[in-house]
Parts: sequence; structure tokens; C-alpha cells
Amino acid sequence: MAAVTVRAAPAGGFDFGNCRRNTLLENEFVQKGHKLPAARKTGTTIAGVVFKDGIVLGADTRATEGMVVADKNCSKIHYIAPNVYCCGAGTAADTEMTTQMISSNMELHSLSTGRLPRVATANRMLKQMLFRYQGYIGAALVLGGVDCTGPHLYSIYPHGSTDKLPYVTMGSGSLAAMAVFEDRYRPDMEEEEAKQLVQDAIASGIFNDLGSGSNIDLCVITKNKVDYLRPHDVANKKGVRTGKYKYKKGTTGVLSEKITHFNLDLMDESVQTMDIS
Amino acid sequence: MNTKALSSQLKDSIPIAELSTQYGGYGLQDTLRTGFTSVQSDLLPSHPLELAEKNFQINQEKVSFSTLRNIQGLHAPLKLQMEYRAAKQIQRLPFLQSSNIALDTLRGNDESISFEDILSDPAQCEMMGEPHMMMEHKLGLL
Repeated sequence: MAAVTVRAAPAGGFDFGNCRRNTLLENEFVQKGHKLPAARKTGTTIAGVVFKDGIVLGADTRATEGMVVADKNCSKIHYIAPNVYCCGAGTAADTEMTTQMISSNMELHSLSTGRLPRVATANRMLKQMLFRYQGYIGAALVLGGVDCTGPHLYSIYPHGSTDKLPYVTMGSGSLAAMAVFEDRYRPDMEEEEAKQLVQDAIASGIFNDLGSGSNIDLCVITKNKVDYLRPHDVANKKGVRTGKYKYKKGTTGVLSEKITHFNLDLMDESVQTMDIS
Repeated sequence: MNTKALSSQLKDSIPIAELSTQYGGYGLQDTLRTGFTSVQSDLLPSHPLELAEKNFQINQEKVSFSTLRNIQGLHAPLKLQMEYRAAKQIQRLPFLQSSNIALDTLRGNDESISFEDILSDPAQCEMMGEPHMMMEHKLGLL
């Protein structure tokens, strides 16, 4: 343990100690024509819909790192509370940590009050936290859940602004998904209809947006019941090879065969007990 | 960095001399980590969020005290500040990390978890001040 003469207690929270070094390095790198690695982003399609007695949340499962698909089957629907779930788009690590933090806070809150938490509480906690960090936490979220006051659906932007709407989309494929919603949404849908609508919205994101891809995850939240469907639909099925490219056995003819056996003499044999102490 | 926008921020906030240049708390310039410093780089924060984060607690208290004063009159923030002051004094010896449970309860932070609780947690700091020196410093002998 290093001893310093007099030292004030350090404050917790984000440490900006490396920022100066990072800007210095970045400048040097850019001068030499290199580029620093960027954070992993989930170029994403996430969406949510309010139906007759609940919420359907949907997400694709592709995580990208620039032009590279970093994860083909990542999970973008995060747990907040037993009756509240949250889809995340933006910087993958930020959405993950943000939802985990709010999930812990909601658990503490419901333990303190002894009730099932409300969606508005999660929304408020999220927007206050994101606003505090001024958009530097790159989390764009779709928050949905059912509480004692009915189903609620929010979209939360990285800077902390929120919308409460009957159908919302987020991420790079949000425009494609919103086009489907604008076309086919109507109030008080049945569950199957809502699931099909969200599936089609996410699928349009998957097929029209390069940042989205792979499978479709759904989360259906109704009163007293949560259906987490992962994967709900595999949008991009891998094709099956029709032909076989391996040579059959015996393609190369054997002209002659000769087997030589070694004659080994057993000189000595001893048995030892294994040391198992 | 936008220095003009920053200057207004600097004016509003309570200046804190120790920005991130003094890395590790040894009070030495760490060229490997921070690069060469200039007067400007010492005075300006290295990240736009740094000042806001440093002053977050102070600013939040300021706002809540002024709200409280508007609602209930001057006596309420005065009483609360007295309680804060008292809670800040109940601590372990100066070189040991205090859990700040009384202060957290007063602030209402005891039933919430935030980045302050999980990132560079003061309770898990690997450095400590020299006990005698810290005590003398606290008593004003140093």
C-alpha cells in the first residue's frame, strides 16, 4: 500500500484521468494517418407497440463495429423489472450498463415500497441519468411495461428526452420500422396481430438497413405475464448446400498394399501406486 | 474544445484546483499518461463532462436548497444544512474511508445505486494517507 503524506478521499464515479492522454494519442495518431478503434455500436432496429392488453417489444440481433458484424446473435431486449423490459440501441456497452443500473435501482425501489414498480419510474430514472451525462452515454432506448395503471411505452434518447407513444422505433433501422407502423398500426390490436406487426417492422429494418440483421427477438408483456421470445423468427436462414464436394471413398485406386509389423520385446514391467496426496 | 461555452460553465461552478492532470494522487506530473502540460491544459478540463461531474453534488444541493427555501422559507435549508454539517463530521479517523451512511440517508442516496457506487469506489481505493499526518492535517497542526 502506497503511503502519501496527506490525501483527500477520492470521489467515486467516472474517472477522467486518461482523457488528456487519449486526446494526445489521438492527435499523434491522426497526424500519422492512423485511426483509433471506435466503440462497438449496435446499428439497430428496435421497436415497440401497445396492443389491447399489453406491450410488444422487438429487436434485431446484430452488433456492428464499423463495417464489421461483431455479433450475429446479441440480445438487445434487457430486463428492467419483472413487468418492465427495455430495448437498447446505440453503444452496446452503454445500453447494457445503463439498463443494468436502472434495473438495480428499480429492484431497490420496489423493495423499499413493497410494490411492483411503475414504468414511469423507470422512464424518469433513465432520463435523469442520461441527461446528467449530456449524451456522452450513447444509449437510445425503447422502454415498455405493464403496471397497475396499464401498458406504457416510452422511447428515450441519449440526451435524456423521452416520448410516450403508442408505437415507437429506435436505432438506425427506425425509419424502415416506423414506415411499417405508420402503415399498419391501429389502436386496440389483438396480441397475435401486434406480434406480427412488430415482427414485420423489425424484418423491414433487417432487410433495408445495413446496421441491422440476423434474427428477430420479441418480448410480449401483458398483465401478470411476460413472454420473452428469443429468437422469435430467424429472418436470414442459412441455405443448405445441395451438392457434396468430398471425394467418395475409393476414388483413388489402391495398386498394392504391404503391412510391416514391428516385433517389440517386453523387457521389464512394474506397477506403481499413484501418489494422490 | 469550445472554450467560450466552457468559460460560462467555469464561472458558474466552484473552481476545483485539482483537475485530472495530477494523476494517481502523488502530486507528480505523469508525462506518460498526460503528455506535456501547459498552463491552458492545467486550467481547462480534459473532458466536457469533467467539471459538471466534479460539481454535480454541489450544484444539486444548491438547487434543492433554493427550492426548499422558496417553498418553506429560509429556516428549512438552514436546518438541513446544519444536519448535513453534523453528518459530515461523524466519520472514521481521517485516513480511513467513511461509509457516509448518515450523509447518504440525509441526501436520499442510501436506497439508490449509481455510477459513483460502482466506478472507482472510494472504499476500494488502494492508497491511503499516512495516519499521523492526516490526523495532524485534520486538527490543523500541519
